[in-house]
Amino acid sequence: MTARTLLQPADITRALTRISHEILESQGDDSIAGLVLLGIPTRGVALAKRIGALLDELAPGSAATGSLDVTMYRDDLAGQPTRAPSPTQIPAGGIDGKTVVLVDDVLYSGRTIRAALDALADHGRPRAVRLAVLVDRGHRELPIRADFVGKNLPTSAEEKIRVRLDEVDGAEYVEIIGGAK
Amino acid sequence: MRHLLSTRDLDLEAAVGILDVAEDMADVATREVKKLPTLRGKTVINLFFEDSTRTRTSFELAAKRLSADLINFSAKGSSVSKGEGLKDTAQTLAAMGADAVVIRHSASGAAQVLAESDWIDASILNAGDGTHEHPTQALLDAFTMRKRLHGNASRGRDLDGLRVTIVGDILHSRVARSNVWLLRTLGAIVTVVAPATLLPSGIDNWPVTIGYDLDAAVDDGPDVVMMLRIQAERMHAAYFPNTREYSREWGLDDDRLRRLRPDTMVMHPGPMVRGLEISAAAADSSRSTVLEQVANGVSIRMAVLYLLLASEGGAL
Repeated sequence: MTARTLLQPADITRALTRISHEILESQGDDSIAGLVLLGIPTRGVALAKRIGALLDELAPGSAATGSLDVTMYRDDLAGQPTRAPSPTQIPAGGIDGKTVVLVDDVLYSGRTIRAALDALADHGRPRAVRLAVLVDRGHRELPIRADFVGKNLPTSAEEKIRVRLDEVDGAEYVEIIGGAK
Repeated sequence: MRHLLSTRDLDLEAAVGILDVAEDMADVATREVKKLPTLRGKTVINLFFEDSTRTRTSFELAAKRLSADLINFSAKGSSVSKGEGLKDTAQTLAAMGADAVVIRHSASGAAQVLAESDWIDASILNAGDGTHEHPTQALLDAFTMRKRLHGNASRGRDLDGLRVTIVGDILHSRVARSNVWLLRTLGAIVTVVAPATLLPSGIDNWPVTIGYDLDAAVDDGPDVVMMLRIQAERMHAAYFPNTREYSREWGLDDDRLRRLRPDTMVMHPGPMVRGLEISAAAADSSRSTVLEQVANGVSIRMAVLYLLLASEGGAL
């Protein structure tokens, strides 16, 4: 198995900075106060915190950040070993009437995001839901797309994308494993 | 493992794992929509040959919060009262397509018989079998202790060094047995206190210290005092002279309550007989965890149902 590094720490930071600017622009005249960033465990939570910190620097008022566990909403629970759920933390202001930005590391089949949309509906009724991902590797199985993408990586289904972040793994890179060449 | 029959089968990792999943399940109760779609399409059957309020409704609520379909089956008003045996009942439920059977039975080992038989393919959850085990009660007790000790920082922790004193009818208590095994696995130090007539033979092999004097046990400053009910329905002989004497010697009365440390937990699995094993003041004091135990019971049973049913192989 060959592993090829695709993103270095500086690339990851640059991608997140660009995503933060794009999120801010998309808000238009709305204040940042109506924004809630929800990371999907495990690495999405770390990414949501980073984007939240970047938004803090860019605009007055701070975006609320939290986490949204989707384990109990997955459609593939029966087929694999039972996953232990992670905590869900919805910011104190709730999500009713807010613009929620879901944050995840890799967008692939879209099934995690479908589960996240179901989970979100049980916590309240946001004004709008957006999706930010560090890597979009294609191969969607559902009509879902990301609004903010750090890096588009065309891949084959045989390849694996591995994301490592300092907060979670103590290392920082994105690499592609296996496949041709 | 596909069944939950005994806390003896759980190692430390599995036990802490169940408690951690229960933490997440407890969060569901605080949400706007108190329901998860996780077990949609699964059928859970409550098969109760003995009376129960807490355990049956708790399993029912847990299954419903996870979107499973639940059917209550109690011996009264069923074909069991016409003479149907466990085998035929089980095969009937299997034919109806049950994914899990929650069973309570007056015979020790009933759940195990069901699990090892080829009568039914479902996951079996022991909700109390005779004087043998009641694993979800022990799990919710451990969850309650951990929550009182560590609050929101409970995840991943065991009960290392916690001093737990279990008082009362040990002989007939499946709650005591399940608690002894689980608490030992979690690292707690268990003392049982009871009249000699209410201790089982073979208790010398349990990982516990045995005491006969409740006053000494109280003055020893335990972290947890767990009071057990006198199970009159299982008593076919005279184990103590009369209830007043039992209450005086072995009951947690107001005086003993006063002598406990302010942060000592007073636990009771219910149903309580106020004035016999526990005084009203003790049952209603801020040290009492009785209602927390009930609330936590739902979270624990959700966790167990999830771990046994969500994945095809089961994960316990």
